[in-house]
Amino acid sequence: MRLQLSGKATCNSHGQGSSYFLGWQEYEKNPFDQTRNPQGIIQMGLAENQLSFDLLESWLSENQDIAGFKRNGESIFRELALFQDYHGLPEFKKALVQFMEEIRGNKVSFDPNKIVLTAGATSANETLIFCLAEAGDAILIPTPYYPGFDRDLKWRTGAEIVPIHCTSSNGFKITACALQQAYQEARNRNLKVKGVLVTNPSNPLGTTMTRAELDLLMDFIIEKQIHLVSDEIYSGTVFSSPNYTSIMEVLLKYEKAEVWDRVHVVYSLSKDLGLPGFRVGAIYSNNDSIVAAATKMSSFGLVSSQTQYFLSALLSDKKFTKNYISENKKRLKKRHALLVSGLQNAGISCLKSNAGLFSWVDMRHLLSSNTFEAEIELWEKIVYDVKLNISPGLSCHCSEPGWFRVCFANMTEETLEIAIRRIKALVESASRGRDKVISSQRSSKNNSRKKSFSKWVFRLPFHDREAGER
Amino acid sequence: MAIEIEAAPSVQLSRVADSETHGENLAYFAGWKAYDEDPYNEASNPSGVIQMGLAENQVSFDLLEECLEKHSEASTWGKGAPGFRENALFQDYHGLLTFRKAIVSFMEEIRCGGAKFDPERVVLTAGATAANELLTFILADPGDALLVPTPYYPGFDRDLRWRTGVKIVPIVCDSSNNFQITTEALEAAYELAESMNIRVRGVLITNPSNPLGVTISRSVLEDILDFATRKNIHLVSDEIYSGSVFSSSEFVSVAEVLEAREYRASERVHIVYSLSKDLGLPGFRVGTIYSYNDKVVTTARRMSSFTLISSQTQHLLACMLSDKKFAKNYIEINRTRLRKRYERIIDGLRSAGIECLKGNAGLFCWMNLSPLLEKPTRESELDLWRTMLQEVKLNISPGSSCHCSEPGWFRVCFANMSEHTLEVALERIHKYMEQRRT
Repeated sequence: MRLQLSGKATCNSHGQGSSYFLGWQEYEKNPFDQTRNPQGIIQMGLAENQLSFDLLESWLSENQDIAGFKRNGESIFRELALFQDYHGLPEFKKALVQFMEEIRGNKVSFDPNKIVLTAGATSANETLIFCLAEAGDAILIPTPYYPGFDRDLKWRTGAEIVPIHCTSSNGFKITACALQQAYQEARNRNLKVKGVLVTNPSNPLGTTMTRAELDLLMDFIIEKQIHLVSDEIYSGTVFSSPNYTSIMEVLLKYEKAEVWDRVHVVYSLSKDLGLPGFRVGAIYSNNDSIVAAATKMSSFGLVSSQTQYFLSALLSDKKFTKNYISENKKRLKKRHALLVSGLQNAGISCLKSNAGLFSWVDMRHLLSSNTFEAEIELWEKIVYDVKLNISPGLSCHCSEPGWFRVCFANMTEETLEIAIRRIKALVESASRGRDKVISSQRSSKNNSRKKSFSKWVFRLPFHDREAGER
Repeated sequence: MAIEIEAAPSVQLSRVADSETHGENLAYFAGWKAYDEDPYNEASNPSGVIQMGLAENQVSFDLLEECLEKHSEASTWGKGAPGFRENALFQDYHGLLTFRKAIVSFMEEIRCGGAKFDPERVVLTAGATAANELLTFILADPGDALLVPTPYYPGFDRDLRWRTGVKIVPIVCDSSNNFQITTEALEAAYELAESMNIRVRGVLITNPSNPLGVTISRSVLEDILDFATRKNIHLVSDEIYSGSVFSSSEFVSVAEVLEAREYRASERVHIVYSLSKDLGLPGFRVGTIYSYNDKVVTTARRMSSFTLISSQTQHLLACMLSDKKFAKNYIEINRTRLRKRYERIIDGLRSAGIECLKGNAGLFCWMNLSPLLEKPTRESELDLWRTMLQEVKLNISPGSSCHCSEPGWFRVCFANMSEHTLEVALERIHKYMEQRRT
């Protein structure tokens, strides 16, 4: 008799069974390198911020002692090596909340006692859902959303995600109608709605939520008596107007109201500081019970004390943080403009965006039909022929085919230019009509590959080759 | 739904958030609180509570610090920090290869080459706490059970049960045979679970044992493996204390038993390890799962996304542990120092009239105070524990918090303090025992 594993081990909720991550596999087989492999596939599916490392490196070279476990000339190696208190290093929590305040223009203040440290936002999101929901419950999430949520919020918790459908008709903004429809859908599926989870700024849209949307959300969670989680992992990447409004700012007018302890924020240093490897995430909540439960749960994913100390020094350096925040934004803005204008020249428009490490690109006009099959067909072409790995909207649960997330901050400027040139070439050949011939040729030659796609096209695929490739 | 009745107004949390299974109301943690309020300090608070409930290894930091001096690139990424950005970006859940290789080499050195490990089977997690929980999620479904020999580490109640919904059914061990695990006890535990309609998915042992401070013998390991095979269940061997065996020849890892069997039926075996005890680095959150089962490795790796080790820390330790000379030297010296501490405390206790279980590993000894109990009950044990805490001012761990079936046993840590402090503690025990006699 075969030795068995648990249901969680054998199910597909980790999402990696889907043939979607073909794009990743192809990239791995043939990765672009400016000098050694200039014909390779350019990775544009990875939301990493590689634009401001020089600022970090320069700080590092002036603060070697900190990395060397010294505080004021004294070695604190032992102290750090032994420090495993799940309340976190006080000096780090203080520095972290100050950084979060600075990002929000000091319009709100955070209490270090209400923050829980976790190994990345991946862990923070899962921990919050463990606290709020279980099997039979649902979390409402606006589409399109980060594919990783399917694993992070559902896999081990048993909770379900019900989408709040957003469309291009209004720039993918959340509407009262969409919220009510999602709530109803959950009810129809016999699920108890426990909360709404939004990402603001949005991944994959790259937009900040409007005040109107935030107020709408507050009204909704007050009416339904549910929770709101605002994942603000990209809050430091807002590079142009409109200015960023965090849910914390909106919450100011609800202080001491009932809803005040049903709103929770998730943060991380993986995107703003470009340090995904260091695994630094946080949950912020006014709810004592949640902070208490999440703190204990953080035992399963604490931040290395070595890393806490190092970053407490970095983030306490106000000169550094002020300069970093502003310089980082400038560079992101420039990159964003480069991509958007380059795509424009190729006749491709993007959703107007002001944040994030990616653009939400409209390729509907390049689809052979207004279907997800056509989207995947186009995506295949882009991966295999144009040699760019970008993320199809389907993987983000977008309700309209033809949209793609394209990252711009994880490569050099030269590489981005090359990518843009390749896209231009694709569009030019498409407009010359050759593409339609090529695509019909390919579809007859590659029926098997198409077959392997058709069954998952209607599933919910996402790629998860590495942790957190948001 | 019951949860709504007890939840705070309007804030309905999940059952998991509201439950007490995080286990923090036990004496084990209550003692910590008392210590925090009045901690011993040689100079500033010499009459404070001495913490002997914390299984930390503080005896070999000098060796680590020396290694750090020699390998400055380990912490600073070298001159000009050429490796900084690559390291900062590295979030691959396979883990840094150099680090996996270094861990493997360290684990092999601890076992004196008695077993070989493959870096491709190493899954990294933020501490053994995470590793044990992760394995439980993978091997068992909610409502199922793992069999765990008593006495066991109190943290298991949280780590194995809280969020997983899995139960622990005890394999009851007692002093009649020095708390060794027997096939009878294994069978009894399994039958108990069956009688309650609970499906047993595996056995989880800690070898060397916490809190006993004893290694499991080869023949008992064979018996446990045979039992798991017969029942077609998993075997998890938490070998977190493997580097703290006082004499290298006395530790037999389940890996060695498997190797001797040419890895027959090894796909049910999984090893947990960590650098928190052997290297004394609990703050760095370094745990691993080593599984002989491919599906478990793959699944554990994906699940480790929730609990990755900081790449900064992986880099640091890869550099340090790749220095094989350092690793070998560290293991030897660390062992010797722990053995010396152990001998000192046993001697000191004996001269106070207290006997301990004969131990050969770990950062603690398993002390027998049952002759001191008013009655052979858990209540009496807790009374004695309170006396120890409030009068003798020593925080030690009562056996009941470790689910020991016999009252009167206590776990006493000896490696988390200076030699001087240990003497002060022994002095206090001496005095107390003298007072009792008069």
